[in-house]
Amino acid sequence: MVERTSLSIRDLAVQFESEQGVVRALDGVSFDLQAGRTLGIVGESGCGKSVTARSILRLVDRPGRITGGRILLDPGTPAQADLVALNPDSRQMRAVRGGRIGLIFQEPMTALSVHYTVGNQIMEAVLQHSGASPQEARARAIELLREVGIPRPELRLDSYPFELSGGLRQRVGIAMALAGDPDIVIADEPTTALDVTTQAQILALLRGLQERKRIALMLITHDMGVIAEMADDVAVMYLGRIVGFAPVMELFKAPRHPYTRALLRAVPSILAAPRQRLSTIGGAVPHPGLRPTGCAFHPRCTEALEGRCAREAPPPIPPGQAGASCFLAEAVA
Amino acid sequence: MNVLEVEDLRKHFPIRAGLLRREVGRVRAVDGVSFQIAAGETLALVGESGCGKTTVSRCILRAQRATSGAIRFAPEAGRVVDLASLPKRELRPLRRHMQMIFQDPYSSLNPRMMVGDIIAEPLKVNGVPAAERQARVLELLELVQMPPGARTRFPHAFSGGQRQRIGIARALALNPRLVVADEPVSALDVSVQAQIINLLLDLQDRLGLSMLFVAHDLSVVRHVSDRVAVMYVGRIVEVAPTDALYRTPRHPYTETLLAAVPAPDPARRGRRIAVTGEVADPAHPPPGCAFHPRCPHAVERCRTERPELTEAGAGRWVSCHRAAELDLMGVR
Repeated sequence: MVERTSLSIRDLAVQFESEQGVVRALDGVSFDLQAGRTLGIVGESGCGKSVTARSILRLVDRPGRITGGRILLDPGTPAQADLVALNPDSRQMRAVRGGRIGLIFQEPMTALSVHYTVGNQIMEAVLQHSGASPQEARARAIELLREVGIPRPELRLDSYPFELSGGLRQRVGIAMALAGDPDIVIADEPTTALDVTTQAQILALLRGLQERKRIALMLITHDMGVIAEMADDVAVMYLGRIVGFAPVMELFKAPRHPYTRALLRAVPSILAAPRQRLSTIGGAVPHPGLRPTGCAFHPRCTEALEGRCAREAPPPIPPGQAGASCFLAEAVA
Repeated sequence: MNVLEVEDLRKHFPIRAGLLRREVGRVRAVDGVSFQIAAGETLALVGESGCGKTTVSRCILRAQRATSGAIRFAPEAGRVVDLASLPKRELRPLRRHMQMIFQDPYSSLNPRMMVGDIIAEPLKVNGVPAAERQARVLELLELVQMPPGARTRFPHAFSGGQRQRIGIARALALNPRLVVADEPVSALDVSVQAQIINLLLDLQDRLGLSMLFVAHDLSVVRHVSDRVAVMYVGRIVEVAPTDALYRTPRHPYTETLLAAVPAPDPARRGRRIAVTGEVADPAHPPPGCAFHPRCPHAVERCRTERPELTEAGAGRWVSCHRAAELDLMGVR
């Protein structure tokens, strides 16, 4: 099934400049988001998964800046727009942010103010992205709260966020993200701060909404379990690059990048045998400012090719294709 | 022989209101918890936030004083003390026998102290001579697989995983009888988390550690613990050997928890049971079994009568009226 491509990222590069030097937070990232599909982006700290989300919404703050690449909304259509070319504060960009593209945060309080009621804030978001009257906005806010599974939404409208449990708060966060009726949603670790039973509920909610509204969902997480549960396609990131990309089944069954393989073996499993040891990856993720030469993973890679991986960076994966950015994967294919 | 026996432990926090700060209610954070840890055994205490698992560990370490109950601890063979009632000054010499591994390796190490001094600190406090301290620090660094050169460097030079190793070395400096680890790997990246889990498994084998492992991550718990106690709203609802608990849970809450964990295998997608409702508020626990409003198997009796923790087979205890008749789903 060919889906409409809602967003195309091409060769995206983001740098942070500091006195210690330039940190390449993103170094040539390309992928597509498609209507009705979930792209899972997984990686450890410093891999650039959150910077990717912030770049798309043009929320990268100084000293960081986008230094290259394109972020194309509605690519290949007459309405195509490159978000990189827009001023982050422009009216057009503000209409995209929260309008075309909704954002769900790890900690919903990031998106919510403590000073206003839930209803006020959702109505505000609705008003900003539509020509609704205040009365219509109120009705829409109630509808949104009902949609995200909040019981008795008419009453909840008058609650303050701090009066809500973590799970209800994240539901309100999702309602906020949906207020502008986006067709693209970016969820950045949406369940990381939640208990496991609440996480299961929120993931089920996200999947239901996504299927019903044909949303292009970009789900950022560090949790391979969440990826296995939610994603259609998976991009594995390491130090600012996508090192592996594949449909979810293929990624778990036949991971092509040594990092993906190692990461999957290192994940503790609820299916483990008693006292089962895990395979480990030697060392730790280096600071993005101390990026190793060649393939950034080579110092931790047990399969690195003598003399090559330390010197030469493997080519990026062509967007839309399953593959690995690794000389070994190339040799096999 | 048991290193620790907790019996009917309660910790209630008063809720005060009004001008006279009168007590208007109580949060029963821990409400009648009993368990034992045998020598060389790791018991995991699991549950969701607010279930009281951290309060239990704080009562054991006497960071908080229990409202009632007994915490019998055996610092040496043939000696047993009750940590719940012991006067403060008698507690101090016991501290060396119970040590803590913290969740956050960034805030638990003093940034102004060299790693060697951090690890030697408990030795110094307990009067170990300087020469011996040096040797012991090197031994401990080797034990946690850190290079000897680490001792003259400061914590900021190390990654999260290495800092957690340093924290573990410090906890083990005095050969404690009991280690309390509160979410020791939950702040770490996956690749580093695996290293620390393996290290804990090594240490259990090499040192015969007795450990209370407080955690919310059921996957991690399955790797490192011998037995598991599941808590819900201040009480233990089920205790069982690890494998038995995961394969054949006897309490509906355990079943729910297990079903909620996303397994790292997309082929298992959609094999979950639905999870309903929210964790009950310990200030206003539901009557009867606290889990009944969320329980798919609840009957009238569950709404009125509180079940007690009762024996249900070899080494298994469960607090559910219907435990004998239910056939619950585990993970396999």
